[in-house]
Amino acid sequence: MNDKGTLILSGLGLNCERETAYACTAAGGSRVEVRHSLDLLSGKVSLQDYDFLIFIGGFLDGDYLGSGRVGANRYKYSANGEGELKDQLAEFSQAGNLVLGICNGFQLMVKLGLLPFEELATGGQSVSLTHNSSGIFEDRWVHLGINPKSKSVFTEGCSRFYLPIRHGEGKIVVGSPEAEAKLLSQNLDLLYYTDDQGQRTDHYPENPNGSWKQIAGLTNARGNVMGLMPHPEAYNHYTNHPHWTRLPQGQEEGEGLVFFRNAYRYLKS
Amino acid sequence: MNLHRLEVGLKPHLEDPIGNKVAQKFKTQGFAVEAIRVVEVYLIESNQIKDKAALNQLNQKLFLDPVLHQLEPSSLFGDRLDFDWMVEVSFKPGVTDNAGKVAKENLELLLPKPFGPGEGVASALAYLIQGKLSLAQVEQASEKILLNNLIQKKIVISKADWPQEKAKLHYFPTPKVDGLVQVERLDCGSVEKVMLHSTERLLALSQAEAEVITAYYQDPKVLAHRAEIDLGPVPTDVELECIAQTWSEHCKHKIFNAQVSYQNEKGGTEEIRSLYKTYIQGSTKKIRQNLGSKDWLLSVFKDNAGVVRFDPDYSLAFKVETHNSPSALDPFGGALTGIVGVNRDSFGTGMGAKLIANTDVFCFGPLDYNKPLPKKLMHPTRIFEGVRKGVEHGGNQSGIPTVNGAICFDEGFVGKPLVFCGTLSVMPAKHFGRPSEEKQAHPGDHILMVGGRIGKDGIHGATFSSLALDESSPVSAVQIGDPITQRRMFDFLWAAKEEDLFTCITDNGAGGLSSSVGEMAEGPGGAKLYLDRAPLKYAGLQPWEIFVSEAQERMTLSVPPQKVARFLALSQEMLVESTDLGEFTDSGYLDLFYQGKPVASLQMAFLHDGLPPMSIPAQWTPPAQVPVAFEVQELGQMVRQILARPNVCSKERVIRQYDHEVGGGSVIKPLGGLSNDGPNDGGVIRPVLESNRGVALSNGICPKFSALDTYHMAANAIDEAIRNLVAVGADPDQIVGLDNFCWPDPVLSDKTPDGPYKMAQLVRACRAINDYCLAFGVPCISGKDSMKNDANLDGKKISIQPTLLFSGLGIVPEIGLCLTHDFKRPGDWIYLLGQTKAELGGSELFSQLGLSGGLVPQVDAVTAKDRYQRLHQAIKAKRLASVHDCSDGGLAVTLAESAFGGGLGAKLQLAPLLGTSGLSPAELLFSESASRLLVTVAPQHQPAFEALFAGTPCYPLGLVTQEPQLVALNGPTTLFDEPLDGLKTAWQGTLGGRQASAIVF
Repeated sequence: MNDKGTLILSGLGLNCERETAYACTAAGGSRVEVRHSLDLLSGKVSLQDYDFLIFIGGFLDGDYLGSGRVGANRYKYSANGEGELKDQLAEFSQAGNLVLGICNGFQLMVKLGLLPFEELATGGQSVSLTHNSSGIFEDRWVHLGINPKSKSVFTEGCSRFYLPIRHGEGKIVVGSPEAEAKLLSQNLDLLYYTDDQGQRTDHYPENPNGSWKQIAGLTNARGNVMGLMPHPEAYNHYTNHPHWTRLPQGQEEGEGLVFFRNAYRYLKS
Repeated sequence: MNLHRLEVGLKPHLEDPIGNKVAQKFKTQGFAVEAIRVVEVYLIESNQIKDKAALNQLNQKLFLDPVLHQLEPSSLFGDRLDFDWMVEVSFKPGVTDNAGKVAKENLELLLPKPFGPGEGVASALAYLIQGKLSLAQVEQASEKILLNNLIQKKIVISKADWPQEKAKLHYFPTPKVDGLVQVERLDCGSVEKVMLHSTERLLALSQAEAEVITAYYQDPKVLAHRAEIDLGPVPTDVELECIAQTWSEHCKHKIFNAQVSYQNEKGGTEEIRSLYKTYIQGSTKKIRQNLGSKDWLLSVFKDNAGVVRFDPDYSLAFKVETHNSPSALDPFGGALTGIVGVNRDSFGTGMGAKLIANTDVFCFGPLDYNKPLPKKLMHPTRIFEGVRKGVEHGGNQSGIPTVNGAICFDEGFVGKPLVFCGTLSVMPAKHFGRPSEEKQAHPGDHILMVGGRIGKDGIHGATFSSLALDESSPVSAVQIGDPITQRRMFDFLWAAKEEDLFTCITDNGAGGLSSSVGEMAEGPGGAKLYLDRAPLKYAGLQPWEIFVSEAQERMTLSVPPQKVARFLALSQEMLVESTDLGEFTDSGYLDLFYQGKPVASLQMAFLHDGLPPMSIPAQWTPPAQVPVAFEVQELGQMVRQILARPNVCSKERVIRQYDHEVGGGSVIKPLGGLSNDGPNDGGVIRPVLESNRGVALSNGICPKFSALDTYHMAANAIDEAIRNLVAVGADPDQIVGLDNFCWPDPVLSDKTPDGPYKMAQLVRACRAINDYCLAFGVPCISGKDSMKNDANLDGKKISIQPTLLFSGLGIVPEIGLCLTHDFKRPGDWIYLLGQTKAELGGSELFSQLGLSGGLVPQVDAVTAKDRYQRLHQAIKAKRLASVHDCSDGGLAVTLAESAFGGGLGAKLQLAPLLGTSGLSPAELLFSESASRLLVTVAPQHQPAFEALFAGTPCYPLGLVTQEPQLVALNGPTTLFDEPLDGLKTAWQGTLGGRQASAIVF
């Protein structure tokens, strides 16, 4: 692979295309394209021309019927000249291309069955995301830890993050004890909420949504597919940090770009 | 038609956070419930779904989440779940139902064909309540918490009645089509007849306007023209409605353009021809002349928003709107519509601009208001929660960060809340080589309406907002916005813009098509529009209703004929409805047709310039301003009490529910400091992510000074907005403002005997804009007025305090130099910049003590401007560690907030300043004198800092301390010595902070 192209899908209520495209370009993406989701559904855009697909944040269909639900249905039940969309997506991830879902994009991927177990082709869904325990949407910055045993292209070499969350439905729920065991044994619980000392916590607001096992992000077993509730693209510049005026000035780039840098390093290697 | 009911509910073992929140609201209001679970309901009318088996299959494939939900085979959760009461809430027919719309699209994914006429989906929520409540209690709680009767209806069923009553749940809200669709003729032969129509049809026409209308329809030239086109001499309802919309206060700003006779306090009379032209446009014009070649204003007062240059490649558009009357009736829908409405304004400026920031300011009645409320009014807490939620939906779902805002409380706002929504947008400086801010429809261009369909929602919004709220206020004046449809429309319009498919664009806001087409037709000089081509939500709309409906999410564009086909194709491709309604002409007439026949033909000149200016008397009697004696025994306790006051307290719980960083350009957020919970002064973003040049937004609003003198109220608002911008790093020489007036009716009448005083208050506020904008060199670029903020209910009149919101926009040359309010390091010196005087009139201290009168703070623009320029120099030279604006609550509050933000204490010695100023400690701590800032300076920068401010009021007060304690001394005497913790708890307690409070958001 060689950074063939990055496809950022927008439209239908999605809204983080501008900063996600900026983050990709700033992190070294050489061909970053923002296209309307309908262009992929209709076949105007083909996944074959890309090796990095990003489902961005936003409010697909206003979150009505549950976040990402109708968006997932569109991919599950649509077809174009290249066949069924769900097969195209499943093949894309199975081929080892990179797929990243942020916030609403993560919700969409989980409801598609693309994360954490790659059940899309069979129509399964073992995990879901639902309303925060607080019952409210919140914008706040959270500390994140990384499961050292997880395999992920995106978080290689990292141990902790500080990123904003902005969601009302970020609580991970797993459908069965078997799925829980499988998820943990395969170390698919990539990112988790911590306190400012790096300790996992269920305490609100450090764990902002009451997520199962404090999970903030999931990976697939192979490590090329990741979804997370926090927004790395919103920490693209040091001035995005909520109290940067208190900190010694380091590099101009925001730490959220690490995810994207890792992605392009992998694609170009 | 087959009617189906589909329910989506959580599996029993899963927590229901939404139900829990509702239960908490019940408990807070004194209704003893054990638990509430919420079930989503979709009512479907479609022959494409044959039976229950087919329905269940669709439910499983499209609606149910296999992890969260379970299929209820009977489709009724009530059959199995434990409950005492079930309350189902659905929208009344015709009300915008966003969930229903999404559910319909969802179903269409698997149905053989799209829904046709007669088919549809409606949503509802069923609350299954466990708790020993009486029927009366359930009814009461539902009305208070679960629904708004204006737009929703409920079904209540007890467990005992469930078996026989559950059949009631089989329903569908079909809009009633009443009567014939026809054009009525309205005899306007006399002024009395016109006035009768006006009252009957809620047209808000005045006697003088009725005279002009009567005369127009008697003009032989007009009659000849009408005979020629076979329209007949008698005006149609379409025409009269169109005239009333175009001439409404809301659209034409008659009060601001009136001839005013102003009697000043000395008894002399001054004649003012248009407050707007004289003071607002007038001051901007002079400032631009003074700027000469440095003028960075591109388009002012003529488009949907004002436009200024950001850098050589980009321009910024900024607009703030109010949506007060609808928010009083339906706080959620009103506020949501307000935000998505101003979004369209900022989007539809020039050839189109991308929305990058929202700012919201609310004024409510006191949250602890406990006097009896007139029938139609909601309690301030309910309005607050609804408005908050409306703006949350509007801003968050549209993907626009809410970067800044304010919330004010005053008893006058019980009658009408004020909801100000503002939006900043960015556009490339050039559009296909032409300046982006310019646009023009040409004769022959087609009229394209894009976005949502037309319904009865929002009919008479413009005329309604031009009247006081009373018992007859119409339901149809309420709309519910649909941010998702709007977002799709914007996505499409941006694509159309990039293909250069249109020549002009504007919003369909107040007045609907009558306003958008009417305004766009002014350039080419006429328009021909076929009303029957307009897409309708349901049948049965009268032609006049089509023309004036304010149904949301619509924009009007002019498209050259050769581009219409491509425009329509692209629209369809992007799932957006666009309709070719007619064309612009140079005929001099606005011609409307319905089913092939002319239904209106109005001279453009009459429509736009036919309105006679009003004459309004104004008389200024200044309220006595005398110092009021007072004493504060326990200063420490008073600091705590002031910090807990609603105007001062932490708004974190509200702020966190707004996305304030989508877009990725956030630089200074609403909250900052060590624990991200201190209040920053202005919001700063990077509008162009590739550039380190920023833009700051701020608000100045202080209705609390209006009772003393609106001149100084306005001056303080302007100063506050500018001060907040400079505090975060904006260049004081690159600031512009927006003026938004919300006034009680100032026109003398039987209902308003004190009109001349209120009009004089308006004159004085406008003069302050003129004087202070000129003195600061800060021009207004756009503005708005809402002039009838009164409620006449149960024989009582409640008027708001006259209010000016001054919204500031400032350029931040280098975002890396931005500063925040929080103390940074122990050992830094604390300075107060600016003069403190015994100006406690309207202050938080006086309100806390129940005192009225006193001296209103006055702004000295010359020294203030000098101070702001020096401050900017100090910021550029990196001499400062923190800057915080000194306003509500005075020095004590500013100090406490800077300490909260830094997690650090302070020790102040106030003896020198008390000595030289002659103030009492309470006056120094709580005076709200204007133009002051609290800054901290590291010891190594002290000499350079003091040199910069030499010869100006700049007072060292003490040091930042590690110990989290606020200490103020007067010589050896301790004025107060308070642990930071206790102060912060008081400050965060009122509106929840991180804990739940009396209001459940």
